[in-house]
Amino acid sequence: MQAQESYTPQWHDVCHEDDLVTNSGVCALIGEEQVAIFRIVNGEGTQYFAISNWDPIGEANVLYRGIVGSLGGKTVVASPLYKEHYELATGTCLERDDVSVNAYPVRVDAQRVLIEL
Amino acid sequence: MTSSSQQRIVIVGNGMVGHHFVEQLINSQHDCHITVLSGEGRLAYDRVYLSSYFAGKTAEDLAMTTPETYQEWGVDARVNARVSDIDRTAKVVTLESGETFEYDKLVLATGSYPFVPPIPGNDQPHCLVYRTIEDLEAISASSAQSKVGVVVGGGLLGLEAANALKQAGLETHVVEFAPQLMAVQLDLMGGDQLRTKIEDLGVQVHTQKATQEIVAGEHCRYRMNFSDGSFLETDLILFSAGIRPSDQLGRSSELAMGERGGIVINNQCQTSDPDIYAIGECALWDNRIYGLVAPGYAMARAAVANLTGGEGEFAGADMSTKLKLMGVEVGSIGDAHAKTPGALVYTYHNQPDGIYKKLVVDPSKTHVIGAVLVGDTSDYDTLLQYALNEIAVPEAPESLILPSAGEAPTLGADALGDAATICSCYNVSKGDIIDAIDGGCCSVGDVKGATSASTGCGGCAALLKNVVDSELEKRGVEVSKAICEHFNYTRQELYHLIQVEGIKSFNELLEKHGTGMGCDICKPAAGSIFASVWNDYILQQQHQPLQDTNDTYLGNMQKDGTYSIVPRVAGGEITPDKLILLGEVAKQYNLYTKITGGQRIDLFGARVEQLPAIWEALVAGGFETGHAYAKALRTVKSCVGSTWCRYGVQDSVTMAIDLENRYKGLRAPHKIKFAVSGCTRECAEAQGKDIGVIATENGWNLYVCGNGGMKPRHADLFATDLDDETLVKYIDRVLMFYTKTADRLQRTSVWMENLEGGLEYLQQVVIEDSLGIGDELEAQMQLITDTYQCEWKTTIESPEALKRFRQFVNSDATDSNIQFVTERDQIRPATKAEKFSGEKAIPVEIV
Repeated sequence: MQAQESYTPQWHDVCHEDDLVTNSGVCALIGEEQVAIFRIVNGEGTQYFAISNWDPIGEANVLYRGIVGSLGGKTVVASPLYKEHYELATGTCLERDDVSVNAYPVRVDAQRVLIEL
Repeated sequence: MTSSSQQRIVIVGNGMVGHHFVEQLINSQHDCHITVLSGEGRLAYDRVYLSSYFAGKTAEDLAMTTPETYQEWGVDARVNARVSDIDRTAKVVTLESGETFEYDKLVLATGSYPFVPPIPGNDQPHCLVYRTIEDLEAISASSAQSKVGVVVGGGLLGLEAANALKQAGLETHVVEFAPQLMAVQLDLMGGDQLRTKIEDLGVQVHTQKATQEIVAGEHCRYRMNFSDGSFLETDLILFSAGIRPSDQLGRSSELAMGERGGIVINNQCQTSDPDIYAIGECALWDNRIYGLVAPGYAMARAAVANLTGGEGEFAGADMSTKLKLMGVEVGSIGDAHAKTPGALVYTYHNQPDGIYKKLVVDPSKTHVIGAVLVGDTSDYDTLLQYALNEIAVPEAPESLILPSAGEAPTLGADALGDAATICSCYNVSKGDIIDAIDGGCCSVGDVKGATSASTGCGGCAALLKNVVDSELEKRGVEVSKAICEHFNYTRQELYHLIQVEGIKSFNELLEKHGTGMGCDICKPAAGSIFASVWNDYILQQQHQPLQDTNDTYLGNMQKDGTYSIVPRVAGGEITPDKLILLGEVAKQYNLYTKITGGQRIDLFGARVEQLPAIWEALVAGGFETGHAYAKALRTVKSCVGSTWCRYGVQDSVTMAIDLENRYKGLRAPHKIKFAVSGCTRECAEAQGKDIGVIATENGWNLYVCGNGGMKPRHADLFATDLDDETLVKYIDRVLMFYTKTADRLQRTSVWMENLEGGLEYLQQVVIEDSLGIGDELEAQMQLITDTYQCEWKTTIESPEALKRFRQFVNSDATDSNIQFVTERDQIRPATKAEKFSGEKAIPVEIV
């Protein structure tokens, strides 16, 4: 992290699309970073999200194991530890202004899942 | 600190009434210095619920205040401070210790003492009374060395005391001089009905018995000889033959006294010395001593009003009362004996069900003036309102007590005027409740907090809820019962929709009845309902995203993201080989082991990717999942029962194993715990469980809806002396009815508290099948039993399901944040500091 200034994000090929779980999460290890990846399928089609797997309140790597859903139009995951909700698109914690997690760009290309980090 | 201008108020006695006086005085914000002198070794406690001491309540539970609270209020409170003298001229009270206190106003709240009839031999050891916590301690100690106990006195307190002896496990007798029980509150028929019910519960009642002497017994410690020549042998004697005012201070300071005791007071609660007040059971008003707490509270309020220059006086009190004696409901209102000239009476007597009701009306048949209720007090609240507020009765007054299948006119909250008293303990009127709601209260809880209504005896709880709901409704407040923003339904309604419409997936449910994507509230609730109704494998593709992490990974997530593992050990019975296997697995995977409260073994510290291998070993050794992670049946705890125990009367272990195997896998609104005890010694603690079974000589007693944990609740005795088949039938019905109708995450105890009609209603539904759904409930439970599968066995056999059991989708690495250190020869999660120091933390070994 100290090399942040000179660091250029890159796309990382992490897994096959079939490794994802619909309306739930899996976790990928990219370097030292654990990334929780979600595939959301509903009436509006299919969306992919990636946020840090680290739960900053529970202080454990568990966010991929949370239940996903919507709250007031925002797509969220609930921490399995203490149930705070994190918006998947931004990593913002809905219950705590002072808490958020990193959110990362995701795309699927030729059935491969890519994360920019 | 006392300033010279401040009025000095000294209160002698700190019982419930004395304490209420202090509370009221503090609330009035009157500028004064308050001194409390308590003769007992502790401050005020709740004597109304004294018998709950034997049901496990402690002195702390019963306490109504603490020295810290009094200190905060600026009250100088002394315990063991017995007053020996009052100098009315100098206005000084003196303690036995010699310490003196000056007063401007003195309040005597010295209460009463139990009357012990002058029977020769009444002063021996194990001859006790029932009034203070010290008395209870003495009863408890004596009970431990006794088999038989007798209560002298069949009044309200005597029967409470008998209940205490029964709970202490003694063969219990009640000896009463009058021809009936509770002669003050009940008429002869009512007293007889109560006697029958109490005798059914195993307490023997002897009426019209005058004890002449207490001598040494042949089989027991004592023998009581009665004037009619008969006798009774007993080890312990408890006198509860009425109270006498503790009025010595009034006598010694020459205040006006009643002929048979009691310090005479006027409507302001002043004694013959206007600077001295008397309140509660030591006070005599209109030649009457009031032995109940509500009139005492009313006197305290009148005295405070008078002291602080406010309005209010004591003008007598309603002695109506409703209570449960050993589970038997008893109610008495106003002129229960119909002594009013010209009073007319209606009675209803249902001997088979043990119900007796009497309604007393005035000669013109327009007002209720009294009532007696035994065995069923569901009409009490309504009748009391009719009586207190002089509401005109319906044309056929008998309809108020007749069980005419739902057609009895119920008295809605709207029928009451604003002056109507809702809570007589705290004197809260309907108007006070409306004021509280106008002041911002939005729920029954808020109103309770603001007005204290229903926090005394609790008898007005239902009526209070009615009034609050009706008033909120009038203000357009709609209390939403929707489960979350995605479904405008309660859990019960969702259950119904899923069952009736045959809905089998969350998407279908959402499409038909919901909006949005669902959330962590409705998804697990729906997942649980699908399991309760259809019992499919919970990790099927369409169900998996609905499950909480514990259900998804079939383990209990701990703070560091690892899981704990609890295999089923039905009834707590386990072979040495299985114990060894658990030990071997724990050793191999370096898991922390601990014995659970439910007679099982918990293995902690398993990483998500280790779970399948661990379970493969456990399943191969004959274990199956314990559902410790699920809102489902957890354990059936048992004692060893008649197989080994000298005292056991039934085989509790076999019953526990059978029950556990029948109900394992049942998913419910919340976790469910059972216990089975092999005799009434109750070593399995069944009365604190959702379902409790206790062996009797003749079969099984079934208890329901108990709870330990955060808010303990003693289970209700549901049915007695059941054979095995009936026991299972009742449990099937109770559990399935709970599963169908409870709210999300509502334990059976809270469900019961909120169930309209309570225990009796549940008994009707289950035992009498009043809703005609008994067969359906049993069939549903049979389906659950027939479709049981060990979720772990299914999971380890499914490559698709196993895919989820990994930390990383792209790496075999492990979560580097999970680190352990050793403590008492086992692992525990490393603290943050330990992780960063990197010294003590041991890396996780990959097996």
